[in-house]
Amino acid sequence: MIKFILNNKNIATSLPAGMVLLDFVRYHQHLTGTKVGCNEGDCGACTMLVGELKNNKLQYHALTSCLTPLGNVHGKHVVTVEGLNMEALNPIQQAMYDESATQCGFCTPGFVVSLAGFCLSGKPATTQNAIAHIDGNICRCTGYKSIERAAAKVAALMQNRQSTEPTTFVSANHILPAWFADIKQRLYSLHTELNGQLHSTTATEWVGGGTDVYVQKHDVMKEANIRFLFDEERLKGIKQEGNRCIMGASATVTELSESPVMQQYFPRLADHIKLVSSTPIRNIATIGGNLINASPIGDLTIFLLTLDAMLVFSNGEQRREIPLSELYKGYKTLDKQPDEHLELISFELPGNNTFFHFEKVSKRTNLDIASVNSAICITLQGDTIQAVRISAGGVAPVPKLLQETNAFLKGKAVNESTIKAAIAIAQTEITPISDARGTADYKRLLLGQLIKAHFMTIAESALR
Amino acid sequence: MKNIDAYTHLRGESIYLDDIPLIHGTLFGASFGSPVAHGIIRHLDISEAAALPGVVRIFTYKDITGENQIGGIVPDEPLIADHEVHFCGMPVAFVVADSVDAARAAVKKIKVTIDPLPVITDSREAQQLGELIIPPRTFQLGDTANSWQHCTHIFEGRADTNGQEHLYIETQGAYAVPQEHNAIKIYSSTQGPTAVQRAVSRVLGLPMHLVEVEVNRLGGGFGGKEDQANTWAALCALAAHHLKRPVKYSLHRMEDMAMTGKRHPYSADFKIGLNAELKIIAYEATFYQNAGAAADLSPAVMERTLFHCTNTYFIPNVKATAYSCRTHLPPNTAFRGFGGPQGMFMIESAIAKAAEALGVEAAVIQEKNLLQTGDEFPYGQIAQSEAPDCWHKATALYDVAAMRKEVNAFNAANKWHKKGLACMPICFGISFTKTLMNQARSLVHVYTDGSVGITTGAVEMGQGVNTKILQVAAQVFSIQPEKIRIHTTNTFKIANTSPSAASATADLNGKATLMACTAIVERLKKMVAEEMKVDAQSVTLQDEYVWVNKQKTDIDWKSLVMTGHIKRIGLSEHAHYATPEIHFDAAKEKGHPFAYHVYGTALVSVTVDCIRGTYTVDSVKVVHDFGASMNTAVDLGQIEGGIVQGIGWMTMEEVVYDANGRLRSNALSTYKVPDIYSVPKEIAIDFLQTPHDNLAIFRSKAVGEPPLMYGIGAYFALRNAVRAFNKTGQFAFDAPMTPEKVLMALYATQKEGIIESHEETTNHLAVDK
Repeated sequence: MIKFILNNKNIATSLPAGMVLLDFVRYHQHLTGTKVGCNEGDCGACTMLVGELKNNKLQYHALTSCLTPLGNVHGKHVVTVEGLNMEALNPIQQAMYDESATQCGFCTPGFVVSLAGFCLSGKPATTQNAIAHIDGNICRCTGYKSIERAAAKVAALMQNRQSTEPTTFVSANHILPAWFADIKQRLYSLHTELNGQLHSTTATEWVGGGTDVYVQKHDVMKEANIRFLFDEERLKGIKQEGNRCIMGASATVTELSESPVMQQYFPRLADHIKLVSSTPIRNIATIGGNLINASPIGDLTIFLLTLDAMLVFSNGEQRREIPLSELYKGYKTLDKQPDEHLELISFELPGNNTFFHFEKVSKRTNLDIASVNSAICITLQGDTIQAVRISAGGVAPVPKLLQETNAFLKGKAVNESTIKAAIAIAQTEITPISDARGTADYKRLLLGQLIKAHFMTIAESALR
Repeated sequence: MKNIDAYTHLRGESIYLDDIPLIHGTLFGASFGSPVAHGIIRHLDISEAAALPGVVRIFTYKDITGENQIGGIVPDEPLIADHEVHFCGMPVAFVVADSVDAARAAVKKIKVTIDPLPVITDSREAQQLGELIIPPRTFQLGDTANSWQHCTHIFEGRADTNGQEHLYIETQGAYAVPQEHNAIKIYSSTQGPTAVQRAVSRVLGLPMHLVEVEVNRLGGGFGGKEDQANTWAALCALAAHHLKRPVKYSLHRMEDMAMTGKRHPYSADFKIGLNAELKIIAYEATFYQNAGAAADLSPAVMERTLFHCTNTYFIPNVKATAYSCRTHLPPNTAFRGFGGPQGMFMIESAIAKAAEALGVEAAVIQEKNLLQTGDEFPYGQIAQSEAPDCWHKATALYDVAAMRKEVNAFNAANKWHKKGLACMPICFGISFTKTLMNQARSLVHVYTDGSVGITTGAVEMGQGVNTKILQVAAQVFSIQPEKIRIHTTNTFKIANTSPSAASATADLNGKATLMACTAIVERLKKMVAEEMKVDAQSVTLQDEYVWVNKQKTDIDWKSLVMTGHIKRIGLSEHAHYATPEIHFDAAKEKGHPFAYHVYGTALVSVTVDCIRGTYTVDSVKVVHDFGASMNTAVDLGQIEGGIVQGIGWMTMEEVVYDANGRLRSNALSTYKVPDIYSVPKEIAIDFLQTPHDNLAIFRSKAVGEPPLMYGIGAYFALRNAVRAFNKTGQFAFDAPMTPEKVLMALYATQKEGIIESHEETTNHLAVDK
């Protein structure tokens, strides 16, 4: 039995835990405000908010309900557009109304929900933050300018919050319905009734955030016997131990971007993560999922490859540690047993003379899959390369560490001819193919350009 | 006045097709599309699929009770493939099951054996093989052959534009409910309720009066649901007709993308001649339209390409020929602009080619050749031109000289980033080019409580047409908007409608509504005049009261209406409007096809990252010819949205078919439309309000399609930025300008298409070459 609060109503359902939240809400609860747009997390028409208790705090984030199994909202608060409605338009809706930020209206509930997510996020009340919360919502009618103007008005609504808890503030200021103020207590009560009913020991499918598995095999997941890893405490968290960073496999990309450790050691982290999917996807996509899905173009895979990350797998009884660079044996083929799941990822944090940089080019800069992505981790002494690891995605059947290029660069002085020679070597160890993300020729040229971009950016950092 | 749907949209209470409460016993459909683009069906095996739990029946062409034909202009499109398949995704079977999941699972178990035949994806190849949808057409003005000798400069070239996926966020769908006497009611997400009615009538073999099509609203259309909603409605209707059960089919996004046509890719050869003063003396163009596997609306789209082949310029000698080429892609269809944008891209390419070769700004040539009032279009209509006014206002208001100076200074100062600026003037004709379609009807009921219900042929899809129609009624009746309700579009209430398309919906249906409301008002005024023994002309309605001789009476709207009812005055009216003045003779290719033209000028500026090939659109600054806008909120929204959609077409939106005719950009993960971060940082829109009379409703010119074409400026701005970095490299006029094309162009050498150290071909896109 899955239990959660849907808007202002307690839900207990024995429908399959693998059913996506969107279908449950639309076709079983008959709340049709949430729309079906793309079924793969790329349009935001199905955006809902999920609130959960973390360290005694009620935290909300937006997610794409088309990719979220019911099992992942067990014990949480789910909010749809219907849950935001008040007697008249709420001030978020009113802002969009005043700015004519709706035309055909099909994407509109998704935008309203995402903006409500901004109000509940506790983020500083800037227009930029409000817009960041709607970066996963596609509108085909308005051209977004009216939505931007509405977002600015929504940001202004939150101006006076200061340190008040967001739920308290929005209910007290009639931004959202008054009952939001009681949700925290209701979730506590709900938690006392739950005791791990979801913990399947005979699972045949393992699901983290669901953002890939529900795109790849949507139809079989509904009835599948699933082990839900997303909320398993032992798989959560990002922490520093000595000079290493330890990440739980179920830590989300949002958690990674908000991690103080990561922010401290990766000064450009915000810029890098902005290129990785969208806010609602980052909220549910797990780091482990990005590695295990084995896409040759996984952004975090490319990121972690250069950091020489180590992985810990577990089959429930035994643990096994292998380097990430040895995980991929061929296209979507992993050195991983069917009964194993990824527990932890760890890597050495960059020292003083070590620089990290990530580059990604895609057809659309944001919320897109890379044509080519690449990361570099380089240790310099003066202008001599002591150690370097460059990785590249989209240029081979697997996420690629450019071993020969890296070997060539070691010990060399950074200058134009070294970089030119390195790019030539890189061309010999990649095998890109032409596909919807670009021709092989383009990917070859682009990788060379991204290697140049790495060195240009690092030169700037090293000079500082 | 805000869009009247905004309130329910924002609360998630607006009803779209998939939100209609289900009738008990409803079944769900899913279509099995051909996995092969061209071939002969040898064997279709549905046995395993039919045996799955929940599957009720699987329909094939054999089950069609009427004619297996949905072609509108040309009868060349079977609803369900019989012996031959013509494109990947062409429906071969239609599964009906008791759940969506069961229907989709069954589709995966259908097996078909197809003997493959050669697949054509390229329009020029199709033309060479004589695969034409209709005979070619040529528009001519003056005499090009004898003009070249008078030209100082002559340039020839080739230009290509790719397709564009509509990506309405609501996918296609239909819900068919059987009625008594074999009648059928169909809820459809269509821009053309009558088109659906005709298609269903034909496929089922039922007279049209048994086929009721109802449309509440669409979650976007953009042309994609003008003709291509017919398929799903006909499939659902066929199943419902057989099973006597309601059948619904709301397409999965990947079904929608794979099975429906898109904006037509075009390839064109052009030749342009200018005199020493840079006046364009002659222009020749040959267009190769990629129509896909069936005619659909391609002949009409092709015609509009010819109508707009000179954009907003006067050229005394023009010869433009267009071929509609049959390929094995899904039939391409209407998309905002309807062939016009492709015609405009080609002339802008020709001008850019001339400007680049002559070392002048394209704007110099553009400005010298703008249409003046009294100039003749190649199709014979005489221009009432706002082109110079828009151009001069835009260049002065936004100070194009300063913008250009800033771009040049930036480019001189920055090695790895370059800016580009382009001017994009537009001219777009308003009316269906098929004259007979320029008619509409409106049914207006005034109820005895004073409330008003209106039904027209207009379909609301976000463009605000219902808001404008409501404004018309509110103004004529002089009552509060709250008293008026615009009802669903329904073929049993309004017959023989034209689709909501061609930007003309508000004009046509608004004028019909104006006539209907006026007729009712006139009857009521006459009644008052007789009662009060005054002249009917002295009776007016103002702020919900009757006024006589400019004096307010105590007769309010409600009592006026009630009195009318008591006195047996007709409180309903069904009015018919047909656009006057328009005509076109297709034999001569001359006439006056458009009620009026819409003009405008956009200034587009971009910045290119010359390391990565990525770019941003910095600003789009527009002066747009509104006539006299009747709803600035709606009209601004149309312009902003149109610009961004046009920029999408010209930049990141890349439809990719492989050589086997399979769509590779088949999901939102592989087909990218603009998101909030990729739109221009600034869009400025200035209204050119003109005093001239025109045929638009309340003189408020149509605004649906024209602004899309401002987006073409983004292509040329990017091209200019690239040329600021790579001064000698040659690269094709080939839209969209994806980051790939930008990077390849940045590093292109003097020989076109060749990149230093990467000498293989760059063209992997079947439709793009």
